[in-house]
Amino acid sequence: MKSLQELEQIRQQALEKVSIRTDRKGTRIVVGMATCGITAGARPVLMGLLGEVQKRKLQDVVVTQTGCIGVCRLEPIVEVYKEGEGKTTYVEMTPEKAQRVILEHIVNGKVVDEFTIGAYEK
Amino acid sequence: MELMRSHVLVCGGTGCTSSGCQKIINKLDEQLEKHEMKKEIQVVKTGCFGLCEAGPIVIVYPEGSFYSRVEEKDVEKIVEEHLLKGRIVKDLLYKDAIVEDQIKSVDEVDFYKKQHRVALRNCGVINPESIEEYIAFDGYKALGKVLTEMKPQDVIDEIKKSGLRGRGGGGFPSGLKWEFTAKAEGDQKYVACNADEGDPGAFMDRSVLEGDPHAIIEAMAIAGYAVGADMGYVYIRAEYPIAVDRLDIAIKEARRVGLLGKNIFGTDFNFDMEIRLGAGAFVCGEETALINSIEGKRGMPRPRPPFPAVKGIWDKPTLLNNVETYANVPQIILNGAEWFANIGTEKSKGTKVFALGGKINNTGLVEIAMGTTLREVIYDIGGGIPNGKAFKAVQTGGPSGGCIPGDYLDTPIDYDNLIALGSMMGSGGMIVMDEENCMVDIARFFLDFTVEESCGKCPPCRIGTKRMLEILDRITEGKGELEDIEKLERLAENIKVSSLCGLGQTAPNPVISTLKYFREEFEAHIREKKCPAGVCQSLLSITIDESCKGCGICKKACPVDAIVGEKKLLHQIDQDKCIKCGVCIDKCPFKSIAKR
Repeated sequence: MKSLQELEQIRQQALEKVSIRTDRKGTRIVVGMATCGITAGARPVLMGLLGEVQKRKLQDVVVTQTGCIGVCRLEPIVEVYKEGEGKTTYVEMTPEKAQRVILEHIVNGKVVDEFTIGAYEK
Repeated sequence: MELMRSHVLVCGGTGCTSSGCQKIINKLDEQLEKHEMKKEIQVVKTGCFGLCEAGPIVIVYPEGSFYSRVEEKDVEKIVEEHLLKGRIVKDLLYKDAIVEDQIKSVDEVDFYKKQHRVALRNCGVINPESIEEYIAFDGYKALGKVLTEMKPQDVIDEIKKSGLRGRGGGGFPSGLKWEFTAKAEGDQKYVACNADEGDPGAFMDRSVLEGDPHAIIEAMAIAGYAVGADMGYVYIRAEYPIAVDRLDIAIKEARRVGLLGKNIFGTDFNFDMEIRLGAGAFVCGEETALINSIEGKRGMPRPRPPFPAVKGIWDKPTLLNNVETYANVPQIILNGAEWFANIGTEKSKGTKVFALGGKINNTGLVEIAMGTTLREVIYDIGGGIPNGKAFKAVQTGGPSGGCIPGDYLDTPIDYDNLIALGSMMGSGGMIVMDEENCMVDIARFFLDFTVEESCGKCPPCRIGTKRMLEILDRITEGKGELEDIEKLERLAENIKVSSLCGLGQTAPNPVISTLKYFREEFEAHIREKKCPAGVCQSLLSITIDESCKGCGICKKACPVDAIVGEKKLLHQIDQDKCIKCGVCIDKCPFKSIAKR
């Protein structure tokens, strides 16, 4: 160990890996992963979300999963809970769509209207 | 390290290891493999979570779901329901983690909510075998700060200002000890860590080393810089194999990344350390005996002065602190002396870890701010006494401490209050006793321990404690005389003032404090030849009362044929033959037999 900077570098790298044990704030991205979700391809979506979060080194973002959200025909479903924002529900997700959600919604704060359940219903 | 969506933390402390956590980890690995989730979910083996009663413990993040008493067969369900489908398995949650159908996360459970974790902050949070995880939680930042921004005297001043006192028992101000060692003349100095935890029932030092070994390495390096030492020794008992392993791994890891070795943080400070294994003699927790043992000599105390700060290991100035004391040091440096001094009472700053044991619901490890009352620890955190029994006393300070009766439950815990009550902080064992504990027997138990562990160097301890034990044996056998109490008191006083080391000087404490608060129990044993709590076998007899139906079940069960009586008539026990095993009491369907 040669300097404080070197220590800080290791700390930053390790911190994002372990922050899910301490942070219960920030953004939660929830993927529906019951039988219906998994069959419809929820797992690649989940991996896509995780990969994107890691690539962009996003802090305070937790990717997690839940059971059946109830609208099985629209799976894979992803719900985003941002602090100070209501819940946004994205439907018929794909890994590519997941990338756009991270970029536009999580990073830039603009909901991707075309993927939401509201847009689908119209 | 990859980014994972979920971390499954499995307790790998000694308690949970003996209740089978490795099987759980293996099963988790197998199940995650089967469901192809190895890339999303990380299994982490941590140190002790503290609630050993509920072990093996598994915690799933990000939810913080607190699973307790997990068995191998439960793993499949946790993986399939929780990890695969995101449904928390309510049946397996810790009983307090689910209240009126509301699931609480681990930090919201009563047992943890009321604690204040400083020394144990990383235990059960990080993987102790990963230096990266320790660094992620601000590890080695304090060492960096000390080496690049502070002078040795600044470090000593900071520790002095914090009010930190030795956590091994005596409560000597740590900053002063550091200063004495720094000022001592010597070409070579050492820092040493006392991890020879010997009090029956105390296991906080083991848990810190198992759960957060890097904290000790960091603190010892800081101490080395402050006092001018480049070498450290950790003296740890060989009975702590997991702690030894993890500390060994941690030392190697620290060397690998250059946090031990030469020119740490690019400065001219060099520091390295080694482990010394102890064979488990209680007296080696005494500092001068410990130093002898490190040098390879027989573990016997030396007279003080000279104190280790002047003449320690190989007659060189040596700083010796306990594990828990060191565990506080990096936090004091990082958060400042004022932060630490704000926790606790006027003369006892910071927190203390206690190992809760005996007749208590939540057996385990708790860390509380000094000044918390005994009642809060025993009832709010410890969950009270099991089976609706009444509280009788709490023993603190192990074989050097004493028993505190119920009248003093609202005493705030600190060094001075406990001493005023005739007990002491000790290393932090806290053994709770209920109405079914005989205080004479308790005093006898602790004295038996010190007699066994006395090194034999000085006569007051070697012979005196033995005589005291013989008297207590007599009393518990119903052969005591009233003068025995005075004899005990006189012996106790003499041993206290004339023994060479702390072991002998404090050995009579359990007897003195029980005599002070429970004298009537001693008198009952002597005058009435009765043990009020029903513990001392020789003073009890088993008898059958009038409600006996003469069924003969007890007669068949008795291993020594001591029960006589005709069918359907009242049975009797031949007291000469009876060995007081109590089998008849358990077998009697009418509850007609009792020990009295």
